[in-house]
Amino acid sequence: MSPDLIAIALTIKLAGITTVLLLLVATPLAWWLARSRSRLRTVVAAVVTLPLVLPPAVLGFYLLVLMGPQGAVGQLTQALGLGLLPFTFAGLVVASVLYSMPFAVQPLQQAFAALGNAPLEAAATLRATPRDTFLSVVLPLARPGFVSAAVLAFAHTVGEFGVVLMIGGNIPGKTQVLSMAIYNHVEALEYANAHWLAGGMLCFSFVVLLVLYGRGWSRQP
Amino acid sequence: MTDTSAITASPAATPVSALGRGGDAVASGIQAQFQLHYPDFSLDVTLDLPGRGVTVLHGPSGCGKTTVLRCIAGLTRAPRGALTVNGQVWQSASQFVPTHQRALGYVFQDAALFAHLTVQRNLEYGLSRVAPAARRVAFEPVVELLGLGPLLARLPQGLSGGERQRVAIARALLTSPELLLMDEPLAALDVARKQEILPYLERLHDTLDIPVVYISHAPDEVARLADYLVLLQHGRVVAAGPLTQTLARIDLPLPQGEDAGVVLQAVVDARDAQWHLARVAFDGGSLWVRDTGHPVGQRVRVRILARDVSIALAYNADTSIQNCLQARVDATATDYHPALALVRLEVGASPLLARLTWRSAHALGLQPGMPVWLQIKAVALIG
Repeated sequence: MSPDLIAIALTIKLAGITTVLLLLVATPLAWWLARSRSRLRTVVAAVVTLPLVLPPAVLGFYLLVLMGPQGAVGQLTQALGLGLLPFTFAGLVVASVLYSMPFAVQPLQQAFAALGNAPLEAAATLRATPRDTFLSVVLPLARPGFVSAAVLAFAHTVGEFGVVLMIGGNIPGKTQVLSMAIYNHVEALEYANAHWLAGGMLCFSFVVLLVLYGRGWSRQP
Repeated sequence: MTDTSAITASPAATPVSALGRGGDAVASGIQAQFQLHYPDFSLDVTLDLPGRGVTVLHGPSGCGKTTVLRCIAGLTRAPRGALTVNGQVWQSASQFVPTHQRALGYVFQDAALFAHLTVQRNLEYGLSRVAPAARRVAFEPVVELLGLGPLLARLPQGLSGGERQRVAIARALLTSPELLLMDEPLAALDVARKQEILPYLERLHDTLDIPVVYISHAPDEVARLADYLVLLQHGRVVAAGPLTQTLARIDLPLPQGEDAGVVLQAVVDARDAQWHLARVAFDGGSLWVRDTGHPVGQRVRVRILARDVSIALAYNADTSIQNCLQARVDATATDYHPALALVRLEVGASPLLARLTWRSAHALGLQPGMPVWLQIKAVALIG
C-alpha cells in the first residue's frame, strides 16, 4: 500500500475509535451539563469547551508533558505496564478525544436541554424508571443531537494537525495521519500528491456538512 | 350508569371515607398534607379526599392547584409532606415513593405526548410497563371510549389539540391507575374542542371506577364533572366538600360572581311530548326543563344560577315562570357588590342560592327560617 493510503486508513481508524469513545464519554457529561444545577457546572462547561479556543499546539504541549516520563499520566501508565503514550496510536486517541470533546458535548447538551422536563415527567407517570426513560424517550428524541455530535467529532478528528504533531509525531503507519501526509508532500514540493489528499479532504468536509444540513429534509413527511 | 353516580347522589352527611372499594372501608380515600415555601409563593394544604368519583381542585390562577397535583404525583417533592392513597403510603417522613412506582395516571395540560411515537405506541408505552397481572384496563375499550381508532397510526404532530388530549387521557388510563390526576386537560382548547372532550370525560366519570383529581378554573367544568370540590386560594384550602353543599356556601372569601349557583343531582321522571319539556326530580322538588332527549329514569345534573332565582312571599299563579318552589330561608350574605345579597335557601334537603338586592331583601323582610316561594327563571340541564 502506498504511504498515502496507509495514512488515510490510519486517519479513518483514529477518527472512528475517537468518535465511539467520545459518544460514550460525552453522553453522560452532556446530560449532566444540561440538567445539573450544581455550581460546578459552569467550571466543567468551561473546561470541556477549552479545546475550542486553545491553540492545538498548547493542548498538545501540555498533553506531551503530562503523558511523558516525568508527567503524572506518564508515570501512571508506566506503573500500569502500559508504557508511555506519546508517539503511539493510543496516545493519539487520547489526545483526539480531548481535542474533539466540545464538538461532541455541545450538540448533545443542546439536544438534551431542548427536550425539557415534559417528556421525562410524562414517562415517569407512565411507570418508566429513569434508565428506561433515557433509553426509550431521551435517546430517540435527541437522535439529531447524536448524529451531529458523531459527524462533527469524526470530521474534526480527521482534520486535526497541531495536536497530532505534538503527541504523535510523524511515524508512517503508526501516527502519520492524513494532515501530516499532506504536510510532508508540501515540504517535499510534491504538490500533485498534496493536491490529491487536500482535494479529497475538501470533498469529504463538504459532504459532511451537506449531510448535516440536509438531514432535516429527510425527516419531513 | 354505574354505581359511581350512585355515590355522587348520596346525601352529604355520608362520611365519604366509608365508601371504599370492596369493603375496604378504613383505607379508602386520599389523605395529603403538603408544605412548600418559595420566595414568592407558599403552599400549605391538608386534604382528605374521597377515594371515588371526581374531585375538582378549583381556584384562581396561581393558587397552587398544579403544585398540589404535582406533589400528589411525586413530580414535585414537598420536603415535609405526607400522602396516603387508598391505604398505600406514597409519602411520609421516612418514605418517598418515586413517581414511576406510584400507580397513578397523569394528564398534563399540554398532553405531553411522545413526539417520536405513533398514537398506538404512545398508548402502549405505559400499558407495556404495567405487569400483565396488574392490568385492569384493556386497550380496545379505552380506544373505543375515547374514539381513537382512526388515529392509531398517526404521529402526535398531526393531531389537533383535542385529539392529543384524548390520546393523553387514554394513555394515562391504560396504566390501570388507582388514581387519575388531570391538570386542566381542557385549558389549552377552544370552546368547540372543549365541547368535543367533555362528553368523553363524562363517560369516563360514569363508566370507570377510578378516583380522579381534576384541576379546573372553569365553573362549567366544575358543574359538569365534580362530585367533590376543593377551593384553593393563595396556596391554602378555602373550602372542601361535596359539590352541591360547597357551591351553596355563602360564607367563602372567594366570590363566584355571576357564576354563583348550585348544581343538583336529579332524575328525569316525566317527559311532556306536547311542549317538549322534561321534568327532573331532585331531593326536595321537581323542575321542568327543556327536553334534551334524556330517557325517563336517567340521572342528570341541573345547574341553577343565583341570578336566575327570585323570591316571593306568596305563591303567584299569574306568571310566565314555570318553576315555582316552596323554600325556607337559611342565611344571607353580601355578594360581590355591596348592593347585592346572596340568599341561601333550602328546598327540602337541597340548598339553592338566590341573588337579590339588599333593598328587596329588606322590603320582603327576609329572616332565617322564613318560608318563601322561589321563581326560577332558568335551569340548565348538564349531562
